[in-house]
Amino acid sequence: MEMFTFYLTSGITLWAVIMVVTRANAVHSLLYLILSSLSMAVIFFQMGAPFAAALEVIVYAGAIMVLFVFVVMMLNLGQAAVEQERLLMTPHIWRGPAILASLLLVELVIILYRQPSVSVPAAVDAKEVGVTLFGPYLLAVELASVLLMAGLIGAYHLGRPLMKKRL
Amino acid sequence: MLHAIGWVPLFPLLGFLVLVFVRMPARLAAWVGCGSVGISALVVFASALMYLQAPPEDGYQAITYGIWMSIGNFQPAFSVYVDTLTLIMLSIITGVGFLIHVYSAGYMVDDDGYARYFAYLNLFIAAMSVLVLADNLLLLFLGWEGVGLCSYLLIGFWYRDPENGAAARKAFVVTRIGDTAMTIGFLLLFAHFSTVNIPAILAAVVNADTTDTDVYVLIGLLLLGGAVGKSAQLPLQTWLPDAMAGPTPVSALIHAATMVTAGVYLIARLHPIFVQAPLAMHAVAWVGLLTLLLAGCSALVQVDIKRILAYSTISQIGYMFLGLGVGAWSASIFHLMTHAFFKALLFLSAGTVIFCLHHKQNIFDMGGLRTRMPLTFISFVIGCGSLASLPYITSGFYSKDEILLGAYNSGEALVFWGGVAGALITAVYSFRLLFIVFFGDPHTTPDKSPSLNMQVPLVLLGILSVLGGAIHLPLQNVLPLGTHEDSAHDHTPISVLLAVIPLLGVALAWFLFKRGRLGSAAWGQAQGAPSLVSFWRKGWAFDQLYDGLLVRPFVALANFNKKDVVDALYHGITQLAQWLHFQVSHTQTGNVRWYAGAMVFGVTLLTSAVVFL
Amino acid sequence: MNAANIPLDHLMLLACLIFVIGLVGIMTRRNVLYILMSLEIVLNAVCLAFVAAGAHWGEADGQIMFLLILTLAASEVSVGLGLILQIHRKHDTLDMDRLKELKG
Repeated sequence: MEMFTFYLTSGITLWAVIMVVTRANAVHSLLYLILSSLSMAVIFFQMGAPFAAALEVIVYAGAIMVLFVFVVMMLNLGQAAVEQERLLMTPHIWRGPAILASLLLVELVIILYRQPSVSVPAAVDAKEVGVTLFGPYLLAVELASVLLMAGLIGAYHLGRPLMKKRL
Repeated sequence: MLHAIGWVPLFPLLGFLVLVFVRMPARLAAWVGCGSVGISALVVFASALMYLQAPPEDGYQAITYGIWMSIGNFQPAFSVYVDTLTLIMLSIITGVGFLIHVYSAGYMVDDDGYARYFAYLNLFIAAMSVLVLADNLLLLFLGWEGVGLCSYLLIGFWYRDPENGAAARKAFVVTRIGDTAMTIGFLLLFAHFSTVNIPAILAAVVNADTTDTDVYVLIGLLLLGGAVGKSAQLPLQTWLPDAMAGPTPVSALIHAATMVTAGVYLIARLHPIFVQAPLAMHAVAWVGLLTLLLAGCSALVQVDIKRILAYSTISQIGYMFLGLGVGAWSASIFHLMTHAFFKALLFLSAGTVIFCLHHKQNIFDMGGLRTRMPLTFISFVIGCGSLASLPYITSGFYSKDEILLGAYNSGEALVFWGGVAGALITAVYSFRLLFIVFFGDPHTTPDKSPSLNMQVPLVLLGILSVLGGAIHLPLQNVLPLGTHEDSAHDHTPISVLLAVIPLLGVALAWFLFKRGRLGSAAWGQAQGAPSLVSFWRKGWAFDQLYDGLLVRPFVALANFNKKDVVDALYHGITQLAQWLHFQVSHTQTGNVRWYAGAMVFGVTLLTSAVVFL
Repeated sequence: MNAANIPLDHLMLLACLIFVIGLVGIMTRRNVLYILMSLEIVLNAVCLAFVAAGAHWGEADGQIMFLLILTLAASEVSVGLGLILQIHRKHDTLDMDRLKELKG
């Protein structure tokens, strides 16, 4: 039963991801992206990483995707944009990247199956993550906060002239 | 008290600095320029009197004022070497120099660059004093190059005319050829004796083993190269006639009286080297002989008054070299002194003529100036007589007589008879000049008269030119006894011959140029002149020879190599790098998807390395 | 809480598949918005691989990496979206094939 749910969610994730990269309508793509994030969260949960699953839902599906939605709204892409997007997706555009990507996939799979097949044994709960995070990884946390600060300032700077225009 | 002689170069140097850095009216500039040299001259005369009253026992006195630089054991000093040769040279430089300074104050009166002119002249006097005072080769070289620089600056004094600049460059470059040889000679001396101190070198040379003279011959010839360049002797004589582009007092001071005799001084100062190297001595004598004959012939046919004097200067310095070469050392220095007097006199007289005739220099435009410019005429007669060495009444006779006697006693018959022929030519061309300029029909009337400070130097130099022959130079402690002073032989026939030759020359000049048609203006024109005349007029076509032999090939080579063959390799490398760069820059499409694809391609490659290796 | 007995290689295979699909999206889509979304997919695939590896060893490090990648993704998206807005305003297009001013 557990294995069945895993394969089902895996299938849903793959399907959603494929849909994201192939849709012509940005809003559709976004909805599929949210779907893929949610199904990923289910997979995390099944692996015994409930904290990661929660964060995936809250940050990815919640915060980041909301940002995307806002931007798509601000861009105000209409039906014309969808038509244009559809025109751009000609078959010959897919050929090269597809070949390159499948080559890479084959190689990754070869590497993957050199190791003996094992199963995931243990669950790692939130407390353990927290203890490690603020223990040996304290410096990484600080760096991450600096990175977030930089992102914050960058986003503010990039958005400012836009706000002026609005006023 | 002989220490005061160190001030001799310092006063003119100070004058130079003041004239360069302080703006002042023309009158004051003249006072500064003449005053500094005048003080130096007084110092020299005082020092000379002191020296003669109490001569040092060694025959010279070395005074050190300070160390110039200190490199291990190599410590050239600011030190002077005072003996009678130095004092004679200094007297000529500062004495004649002072008179010419005074003359210049009148001659240059209309010129814009008055202060600049006196600054250069002062710098020249300073450098020339350093040259003759130096007791080491390095300091001597400093003075040597200093006078070269001043010569360059003064030839190109009227720099707005490109021809003057070309003449200045020519003088500089041609003398540089000789200087290079001389520098190599100095370096050989240093390599051989490990010192640049002149007395030390000379002492070492005198005491050296006389069997191995090859190195002395080599050094002697290289030094001769330097002397030949500075003194305008064959084969580097071509710069001096062009150097007449400078103001006439400059020609009198630098290109007749002092600087061009630096080569004579150099050889006289370093004579022990030449004594050890008979071959070098012969070379000196023959250079002198050939030069005096060649220049004498050229002087015969020139039409420009200053060029005649320039060629006669070359010729007279040739006599000095001849004297040095046959071992008549003191006679050469004697001739150097008398030549300084009468050639300065001639140049200043010529300058007066040029000054009063609106800067006309063609002698066929002059004529009949005898009555209009009596003082100049008398000066000119004295100068020409001295140059032609008229017997018994002129200084030039005594000095040239000694040189030719020396040549006779040395046993070199060819050199002696060549010198006698030169004396005849000298007499002819000097009186040709006199007859054409001062006799005959007047072609131009002078409209200016020389000022007092132009006349006084003429009078003084005239007196010196007449009485200079009576001066007995106390050189016996410095220079070896010359062959001319050997009184064992009976010289009477030779003396009579040497007295008759100039008179013969004057008579010849009278018949050719006064009575004959050779003195007419038409003959003086460049066109229609016989080919030999135009050949001589061009100075034996040495300029054309050098132009074809050296200048043109060099220019052609330089033009050919304009784009530098060696650089082609480096240009090629840059071009290859640039080409490769452009090839690579084609990958910079600006297309984000292309970059992403390239990245994925790279990742695939790396992964395949993991897979297959 | 017990984990399901999922084979690690299946998880890794899934991660690889998602990763490759994301790459294809980056390389094919010309709209910069889609490129950004594809980037999110790629990052998600990497997160999955990390968490799976962490679970395999029973260590928390995998999830910490996930956290850090999450931080990165958050700042990247905020800056990236700001840039998208600017591009749209200045050039009135999001087609990256038309924005080639850096062509060498």
